[in-house]
Amino acid sequence: MSDFQKTIDEVTQSEYKYGFTTDIEMELAPKGLNEDIIRLISAKKEEPEWLLEWRLKAFEQWKKMTEPEWAYVQYPKIDFQDIHYYAAPKETKKYKSLDEVDPELLKTFEKLGISLNEQKRLTGVAVDAVIDSVSVKTTFTEELNKKGIIFMSFSEAVQEHPDLIRKYIGSVVPMTDNFYAALNSAVFTDGSFCYIPKGVRCPMELSTYFRINAANTGQFERTLIVADEGSYVSYLEGCTAPQRDENQLHAAVVEIYAHKDAEVKYSTVQNWYPGDPETGKGGIYNFVTKRGICDGDRSKISWTQVETGSAVTWKYPSVILKGDDSIGEFYSVAVTNNHQQADTGTKMIHLGKNTKSRIISKGISAGQSNNSYRGLVQVAKKADNAYNFSQCDSILIGDKCGAHTFPYIESANASAQVEHEATTSKIGEDILFYCNQRGIDTEKATELIINGFAKEVLNELPMEFAVEAQKLLAISLEGSVG
Amino acid sequence: MLSIKNLKAQIEESGIEILKGINLEVKPGEVHAIMGPNGSGKSTLASVLAGREDYEVTDGSALLDGEDLLDLDPEERAWAGLFLAFQYPVEIPGVSIANFIKTAVNAKREHLGQDPMNAKDFLKTMRAKMEMLEINPKFMQRYVNDGFSGGEKKRNEILQMAMLEPKLSILDETDSGLDIDALKIVANGVNALKGTDNSMIVITHYQRLLNYIVPDHVHILYQGRIVKSGSKELAKELEAKGYDWIKEEVALQETNA
Repeated sequence: MSDFQKTIDEVTQSEYKYGFTTDIEMELAPKGLNEDIIRLISAKKEEPEWLLEWRLKAFEQWKKMTEPEWAYVQYPKIDFQDIHYYAAPKETKKYKSLDEVDPELLKTFEKLGISLNEQKRLTGVAVDAVIDSVSVKTTFTEELNKKGIIFMSFSEAVQEHPDLIRKYIGSVVPMTDNFYAALNSAVFTDGSFCYIPKGVRCPMELSTYFRINAANTGQFERTLIVADEGSYVSYLEGCTAPQRDENQLHAAVVEIYAHKDAEVKYSTVQNWYPGDPETGKGGIYNFVTKRGICDGDRSKISWTQVETGSAVTWKYPSVILKGDDSIGEFYSVAVTNNHQQADTGTKMIHLGKNTKSRIISKGISAGQSNNSYRGLVQVAKKADNAYNFSQCDSILIGDKCGAHTFPYIESANASAQVEHEATTSKIGEDILFYCNQRGIDTEKATELIINGFAKEVLNELPMEFAVEAQKLLAISLEGSVG
Repeated sequence: MLSIKNLKAQIEESGIEILKGINLEVKPGEVHAIMGPNGSGKSTLASVLAGREDYEVTDGSALLDGEDLLDLDPEERAWAGLFLAFQYPVEIPGVSIANFIKTAVNAKREHLGQDPMNAKDFLKTMRAKMEMLEINPKFMQRYVNDGFSGGEKKRNEILQMAMLEPKLSILDETDSGLDIDALKIVANGVNALKGTDNSMIVITHYQRLLNYIVPDHVHILYQGRIVKSGSKELAKELEAKGYDWIKEEVALQETNA
């Protein structure tokens, strides 16, 4: 075996750095999914009747649907009756200050490097931390309140702003959109809600840290962002998860609604447990539906994602470009290592005139992983002068992994301009030897090369997130290159 | 400085022997030229000294200031003061020259137990070296060799050499693919970096580079051995007569032996 191969194999054995769990008392609903469980969730949340009806309708639809099988991923059949659909920390009262928060929980945040104290003091980032379904702490609410910005947990929003929730829930991702969206609509337990009023520029990055923290608990987050006319918001979502033996299902829904002249920037760093390095066992199934609509003219939605975790990822943050002159963007870095599988990409649906979209996808595959880009650019009949540019680059580390590109283009308007570029490269011995000869060891060289490869996407992230993302890329691929 | 004794190496995959017992002594401050026809083993010698994995050393030693390079990983050889200017430098998209060189400089400092160079000092040093080499400061923001012309690639190699301040530099066919103007610029850079305590090995097929980088010693490598050594006049002789007379000489010696 060459040294090259040896080092590749070493990567495959690099341990997941965030594999710890927090010992907090949990309240679990019995396993299984039926109307009663949905009624229980709704009751626990003290939801209005219409929302319960909405959930039950989604559940009825879901029962008629089948799991999608077109993605280039393989995993054992999920037993949806073997999942807890509700888990809440027993201590559910709201806190006035951080001092009242369970110290165990604060410790978890500190391990993740996102202690609320630090966040509050140093960065000016409002954090809505979600631990297993129940929102624990929201900061900076007052400052946001002054601007009329609403940023709170989904459950709170249901209580405090039912009209807004009722108006927008399911307006971008209909409950019947797909199997997992329907499931989420039936059983979602919490998430975040954000509303930016007309003409308001949100003065800080809004950030949510998700963390899956109960064995066998399906996570069904729901995020809704509404940007009213002429407003702007940058929203950050970051995730890490503790090490687990049994598969954990995560089926989130994110909806973004952008009115006239509004702009929403949504950034994600995803680092869920990818499964046992040797066998791939125990990793997160990440089946997420993310979609935004540029409803008003000149509105803009931009997705940026750095995907390093999960055993299986199935995720296509998309933009419906309905308003004239609206813009959709998708910037993605997806890393797969060991036995990870990712099928991710975007859909840009051009409906309005002069709509523009831009897709930059960077896939990094190592170990025995499979990494697929799947994207659709659709131009409707009336979308005169629609323009899309897509760039899909893949880089391979070692010779046991795979990179795949599935671009779909459907144009019904002759004036549309659609450009697609794709490259595949390899971190080969040549480039590593070059770095080594300059005194840069293989690990540092890999970090350098990968960060260079992903630069165009990392540049789109807010500064503090970009630094974290760079570190994550390095951690995910530690030792993976020989 | 460098002392190579009976160095033998073969291609790892095929087992074909390329270097068949190289002996070479390079003293501090000296410039040695290694010339030879294609396929004689010139680039292999450079690769073996730098530690490329494609080759397996079967015999001999190569001491740099008393330390056997052959026992070290490629990055350790770099830290020990060996620099190879590549014949075909690789492209690293998205990584600026400044970032790349800074990473290299700090990797060495880390190895030596020194603190990393801060951004200000680094830029100051970088700008000074670029001025000396007559390179536009904007150059450092470009991605390493990405879309570079042949001349730019070689200039980038020389810039790295200037920043890393190696004891021993090996220039592998640095003249290949360069027009005469680019050649002069590169040669001027190399001459500017020449000092009393660093040495250079210039590998070249043609004599023309040696008009600009004047060697103290010239060696002719043929069929994996240094078959002739001499002064800079030897290069001129080669230029005039070609390599055939060397080949004939070697053939004659073999017959006699």
